[in-house]
Amino acid sequence: MIRRTAAELADALAAGETTSVEITRAHLDRIAEVDGAVHAFLHVDAEGALAQAAAADERRAAGTPASALDGVPIAVKDVLATQGLPTTCGSRILEGWVPPYDATVVARLKQAGLPILGKTNMDEFAMGSSTEHSAYGPTHNPWDLDRIPGGSGGGSAAAVAAFEAPLAIGTDTGGSIRQPGAVTGTVGVKPTYGGVSRYGLVALANSLDQAGPVTRTVLDSALLHEVIGGHDPLDSTSIDQPLPSLVEAARHGAAGDLTGVRIGVVKELGGEGYQAGVLARFQESVDLMVKAGAEVVEVSCPSFVHALATYYLILPAEASSNLAKFDAMRYGLRVLPDDIENPSAEEVMRATRDAGFGDEVKRRIILGTYALSSGYYDAYYGQAQKVRTLISRDFAAAFEKADVLVSPTAPTTAFKLGEKLDDPIAMYLNDLATIPANLAGVPGISVPSGLAEEDGLPAGVQILAPALADDRLYRVGAALEAALLEQWGSPLLDKAPDLDKLDRRSGVSR
Amino acid sequence: MTADILVPFDEVLERFDPALGLEVHVELNTASKMFCGCPTEFGAEPNTQVCPTCLGLPGAMPVVNGKAVESAIRIGLALNCEIAEWCRFARKNYFYPDMPKNFQTSQYDEPIAFEGFMDVTVPNEGGDDETFRVEIERAHMEEDTGKSLHVGGATGRIHGAEYSLVDYNRAGIPLIEIVTKPILGAGDRAPEIAKAYVAQLRELIVALGVSDARMDQGSIRADVNLSLSPKGSGVLGTRTETKNVNSLRSVERAVRYEMSRHAGVLDEGHKILQETRHWHEDTGITTSGREKSDAEDYRYFPEPDLVPVAPSREWVDELRGTLPENPTQKRARLQAEWGFSDLEMRDTVGAGALGLVEETIAAGATPQAARKWWLSDMARRANEAGVELTALAVTPIDVARVQALVDEGKINDKLARQVFDGLLAGEGTPDEIVEARGLAIVSDDGALGAAVDNAIAANPDVADKIRDGKVAAAGALIGAVMKEMRGQADAGRVRELILEKLS
Repeated sequence: MIRRTAAELADALAAGETTSVEITRAHLDRIAEVDGAVHAFLHVDAEGALAQAAAADERRAAGTPASALDGVPIAVKDVLATQGLPTTCGSRILEGWVPPYDATVVARLKQAGLPILGKTNMDEFAMGSSTEHSAYGPTHNPWDLDRIPGGSGGGSAAAVAAFEAPLAIGTDTGGSIRQPGAVTGTVGVKPTYGGVSRYGLVALANSLDQAGPVTRTVLDSALLHEVIGGHDPLDSTSIDQPLPSLVEAARHGAAGDLTGVRIGVVKELGGEGYQAGVLARFQESVDLMVKAGAEVVEVSCPSFVHALATYYLILPAEASSNLAKFDAMRYGLRVLPDDIENPSAEEVMRATRDAGFGDEVKRRIILGTYALSSGYYDAYYGQAQKVRTLISRDFAAAFEKADVLVSPTAPTTAFKLGEKLDDPIAMYLNDLATIPANLAGVPGISVPSGLAEEDGLPAGVQILAPALADDRLYRVGAALEAALLEQWGSPLLDKAPDLDKLDRRSGVSR
Repeated sequence: MTADILVPFDEVLERFDPALGLEVHVELNTASKMFCGCPTEFGAEPNTQVCPTCLGLPGAMPVVNGKAVESAIRIGLALNCEIAEWCRFARKNYFYPDMPKNFQTSQYDEPIAFEGFMDVTVPNEGGDDETFRVEIERAHMEEDTGKSLHVGGATGRIHGAEYSLVDYNRAGIPLIEIVTKPILGAGDRAPEIAKAYVAQLRELIVALGVSDARMDQGSIRADVNLSLSPKGSGVLGTRTETKNVNSLRSVERAVRYEMSRHAGVLDEGHKILQETRHWHEDTGITTSGREKSDAEDYRYFPEPDLVPVAPSREWVDELRGTLPENPTQKRARLQAEWGFSDLEMRDTVGAGALGLVEETIAAGATPQAARKWWLSDMARRANEAGVELTALAVTPIDVARVQALVDEGKINDKLARQVFDGLLAGEGTPDEIVEARGLAIVSDDGALGAAVDNAIAANPDVADKIRDGKVAAAGALIGAVMKEMRGQADAGRVRELILEKLS
């Protein structure tokens, strides 16, 4: 049951072969079984999920399903507000906070009838590429429990890769959906900026954040994307236009024909700094797309070399301001300073923020505060915005020559837990290929491209499309997925180790 | 704290030129807040008009109130400003418990309206009206903060308080901040120009109908910037910003005080500290607002959760068509209609009574009667109570009715003042008060005749003078009768009776 895709589960529900309660219970059992080792979840809501499942079954029985995915359970990254369910953003400072409202994405999942299994682990406030910066302990990669599952949405990717959930929601500010997808052998989509409402998504960097699907197949992502996407009056940056037909595009692509599609290989996103096995899998994917009828062109995006620097000015600047609200005055952690009698509000704020934020969060608050300071603004934040415009222009020029752009999603396969924890720059380099899309607001998907020869770990290929052309991701992604599946004979995740037979790890902090 | 050394006002002007700047915050009267749907009514139970957005809960997002943008554009147009074709909101970052997000969503270098002016009417040395042009730098949109209530301690201020409470009902209420360019060349008229500017701006806001415009409730708040430069030097000095000057009279007083204080500091050879100062209504002085005086870096940057505001030119033109009559032109028209002298008109405007007088005339009083009551009696009472004229519990309709009672001979001016006492004490309508207090004039010859006889008997010398033809002496006898009748006698009839009896 748990190895079925969301589309297969939806079909089984529609055919009356199973019930949502049965499916939901199977996933809750799986979570109980393996999450001690994986630690994908920060909070599991068995009771709530089963109640939603029972309601879904009633709708199915009455012949009035709320959506195609009615009754298919899902996991939600802990950065989205869920009414009545704890929302911590992986931070100590929000420990115990229970939002009084639902994020729009969550409200749409509920409307569509998807039972919410729980909230998934993440780097604190989505700052990181390994999920090691979670205040509640790291998530482990189901392919190798000593390795990172990517980040910041390692929890969502690991939950899907470990068959703890058929679907999950992630958020992507610089690659936090796509990079975990690549290193766990799953599919992750960052929609066009403004394509999915950010209302209720606790902002890391407002101008970069997007929520999106985390799944095991391209079709499942399309199905989920159609549920969560579309205009929301509560988010003024959401686009007031109907979504293109994504499921149709995925089904069209799965037929395997890419005739007439121009694939642009981005010169700047490959080569030096990329693992040989990752590059080999990427080249193989490009070859398969050509075999399916696509035309390959090389495109150059010279400004992309400045993307990482630009990102690490814009992101901390916005984050430093967003995180100011965590001040112990209204919700979350409150720490009284030890050494002060009758502390003032400012002293309580200081003590709380000191105790409640982790080192990476503090590092970025300091960076952002500096970048926005009077006298430095023009040189840092102002300059970064100009480079951002140049990056958008590079995309525009590239999309004149190609319908989609492709690159490896992440430069390497999953590294070992702790390996890059003391080297922030090495950690930041993981997002080299994914960041440009966030800076320009264009959509991207990561599709598993196979296992790197040297370490047997999954790699991903990234496909990027122009803003609002998310359907192209699904068409090309599904075609590539079909070609690879034909070559592999079975889904990539079938090659992952069997978690049931692994030693239970006790060292995972909960 | 040592007392400030104050230089007499006239002496300040012998040696210095003042530069004035005014920042006025106008709280809009939109039904909902600037960035969410919460209601904006004044005086609700604390923290009942709040939602995830105006409480700054994690994940919540702002959406711009279109009505507030409309009001901002109308204010900008009425101030002869350019309206931006494209502008953005910006975050002003600083920590304070009454700011839910620890940043205020405001506008920084891209205000909705800019480069305007307002012609302020003030008298010149000869006493004639003159127009003084105040240049407007910008008018921008922002959200209000919550309100802190400091409990315990004597002053209600944060120092010495046992604990503080915060009411977020006000957080997110739309504000328009209107900033002037430095006002130079005002000389000795700086205090009255400042007052006239705020008074006229308030009138304009009232005419636009975009705010309750109650200074006593804080729906209009003025900050006064002032600096002095050595006379004729043309070099701007260091300025101070005096916050929350919340009545027209205080605007004038605060400018006057700061001019005297700055001169005192400069005379001593010290430098003016660039700082925020607090105005104290009771003592009429300013004190240093140390808490926020350290040069703050607000780290402004464009609000990434909001899309730019880009009002179409068609909309702006449509809004231009909704503007009320320009108050300066309206004043000229009313002055001609009412037959007021420049001085009378100026006093009326200066007292903040133009609208009241207009409404009183509309309710039936003559222009002179309306002016008389509001500028003498009502102004004195408002002054004593330390409130604006509009805050008195006397309406233009009341004043018109009181004057009608005088005109009908039912009461006289002296009794009218007692009616106003009754109105202020909440005793009912003018007619009810006349009735309840027994204030009607006695014109019955029987009662009056007896009193006149008593007065003649008690003042034989005066009676003789009148008999000798010195009719002017009758005043003394009228006074005696009025005293006996406790002011409720019909003075005209008393005079007639005296002259009849002594002819």
